Amino acid sequence: MTSLVFLESADGKIKKSSLEAVCYARGLGGSVVAIALGSIPSSELESAGKYGATKVLHAADKKLDHPVIQVFASVLIQAIQQENADILIMANSALGTPVAAKVAVKIGASFASNVVDLPNTSSGFIVKRSIYTGKAFSYVELTAPKKVIALKKNAAELKETGGNATIIAFSPTLNDADFTTKVISTEKASTEISLPEANIVVSGGRGLKGPENWGMLEALAKTLHAATGCSKPVSDMGWRPHHEHVGQTGIKVAPQLYIAIGISGAIQHLAGVNSSKCIVVINKDPDAPFFKAADYGIVGDAFEVVPKLTAALQASK
Amino acid sequence: MKILVCISHVPDTTSRINFIDNNTKFDSNGVQFIIGPYDDYALARAIELKESLGASVTVINVGLAETEPTIRKALAIGADDAIRVNAEPLDSFFVATQIAEHAKGFDLILMGRESIDFNGGVVHAMVGEMLGIPSLSPVMKLDIEGTHVKMAQEIEGGKEYVDASLPLVAGCQEPIAEWKIPNMRGIMSARTKPLKVVEPKSLDKLQILKKFELPAPKVAVKMISADNVGELVTLLKTEAKVI
Ligand SMILES: Cc1cc2nc3c(=O)[nH]c(=O)nc-3n(C[C@H](O)[C@H](O)[C@H](O)COP(=O)(O)OP(=O)(O)OC[C@H]3O[C@@H](n4cnc5c(N)ncnc54)[C@H](O)[C@@H]3O)c2cc1C
Ligand SMILES: Nc1ncnc2c1ncn2[C@@H]1O[C@H](COP(=O)(O)O)[C@@H](O)[C@H]1O
Repeated sequence: MTSLVFLESADGKIKKSSLEAVCYARGLGGSVVAIALGSIPSSELESAGKYGATKVLHAADKKLDHPVIQVFASVLIQAIQQENADILIMANSALGTPVAAKVAVKIGASFASNVVDLPNTSSGFIVKRSIYTGKAFSYVELTAPKKVIALKKNAAELKETGGNATIIAFSPTLNDADFTTKVISTEKASTEISLPEANIVVSGGRGLKGPENWGMLEALAKTLHAATGCSKPVSDMGWRPHHEHVGQTGIKVAPQLYIAIGISGAIQHLAGVNSSKCIVVINKDPDAPFFKAADYGIVGDAFEVVPKLTAALQASK
Repeated sequence: MKILVCISHVPDTTSRINFIDNNTKFDSNGVQFIIGPYDDYALARAIELKESLGASVTVINVGLAETEPTIRKALAIGADDAIRVNAEPLDSFFVATQIAEHAKGFDLILMGRESIDFNGGVVHAMVGEMLGIPSLSPVMKLDIEGTHVKMAQEIEGGKEYVDASLPLVAGCQEPIAEWKIPNMRGIMSARTKPLKVVEPKSLDKLQILKKFELPAPKVAVKMISADNVGELVTLLKTEAKVI
């Protein structure tokens, strides 16, 4: 059995979630081939080897620097054919999930997104998916001979094997007709830690009273190398950018640690964080619903507790 | 211009999720169903485009008869007519195939970025693939200029401004439009708007739903005094082992 793993990159760096996909593929057994598209330094490509890929196909064409769903799907199909891969694996993401879906339709593969665990293959090939926005799971049998899996972020453990990958140039045929959408401009904060990928997230709600108070939250986040998030009203009021909004209608996160500060814990917010490994809640109201979903809680005024917590973390380093 | 809006019929965001029949069936007892929140944004934008450009808006749902009140609500919000594909929406490939059957001839096909029951986030990409037209998601802003569509698409950590031409498929999310609430006149007129029920196209299944499962219950929260944040740091390091 051969698995092909799509390595998604941002600014020439392979995403952590893609390396998780490599680890997942290794867990399946069989051989693991990875593929990366666009300009990426070879040192980065080699990192896939450390996590278990034996071969990395690199389509370095500059035209692939900017992702277009149609184009990426067509390149992956060519790689599947060349490698005769049985399973295509990638991280669930704004890019990866639709690319995976298109590939599945084109090659007649069974497809599952939001997959959280290795399949049960004792009879058939049954994957576990997260559904109802983290409130439940489903077990789905993928019956077609070819399969496509989009893996939920932070669902597979990132573990190095210390292996090496051979990097092989890959020159797919690119069809100009696929480049039908044109990117006019991009707005991006590239220095911050990506929220969906982060190991630790520090999130603030309406309890912080205003955007001018985010400094203490950012100081805490910096100490923890964490990404910052917020509740929906906070982004609705424009205190924080929309791409930081966590929850049912925002980003779904699954970090090791989620720290919620001045957030009440409405069910729609919880839906975006309930896959976190550990949840810490800081709220001045002891009856805030968020405490019911928390592992650790502090009842107190955020304006006192947060600076103290930052200081304690710095002192413990 | 002809716009098709795909709406899912899903449990209200505050619903508790339960299963019956040995964890093989969703327990709809006491659950209120709504238009998927993202689909509601798609619908709201379609109605705005109808008002500003004079488009026609058709809604489509793949679902059994129980989804009709949800479809009528979309008509009350301002859609002109509706199609219900009479089948249980078991997986995204099935749903996409049914939608693609009826989506030919539309200039713009709007959906939500994802459904909140199965959270596939893929029906838009599949329909785009089946029709051979581009699909974009999640789209936060969408304006039509002639045959061109100007969009803002969310990417990790920011957004991207994109130009494409019709026809296309877009998976929508806020702040593309404000959710619309039906008014009395809308509700009255929705009763007589055409709702066509069609039978599904048969296809080979590529997946079988085996069973559902609820997550393990959360262990009770450990409370720490606000005067002793050092203890939290210790617990995060030694007990939870997350920092
Ligand atoms: C369809 C739908 C989808 C939604 N999707 C989302 C979503 O994706 N994400 C989301 O977040 N919400 C979502 N919501 C909104 C959600 O229902 C809540 O309204 C929202 O999460 C509340 O945000 P909040 O906790 O920041 O504010 P509030 O509910 O106002 O809570 C503020 C909290 O701060 C505490 N507080 C106040 N002062 C202090 C202080 N000094 N120190 C410490 N604590 C303090 C208060 O005790 C309170 O618990 C959605 C709603 C709907 C209807
Ligand atoms: N049963 C359905 N009927 C009509 N449209 C649907 C259905 N299920 C999903 N959709 C549309 O497809 C989008 C993406 O759904 P999904 O891929 O399931 O996350 C939703 O936001 C809806 O707009």
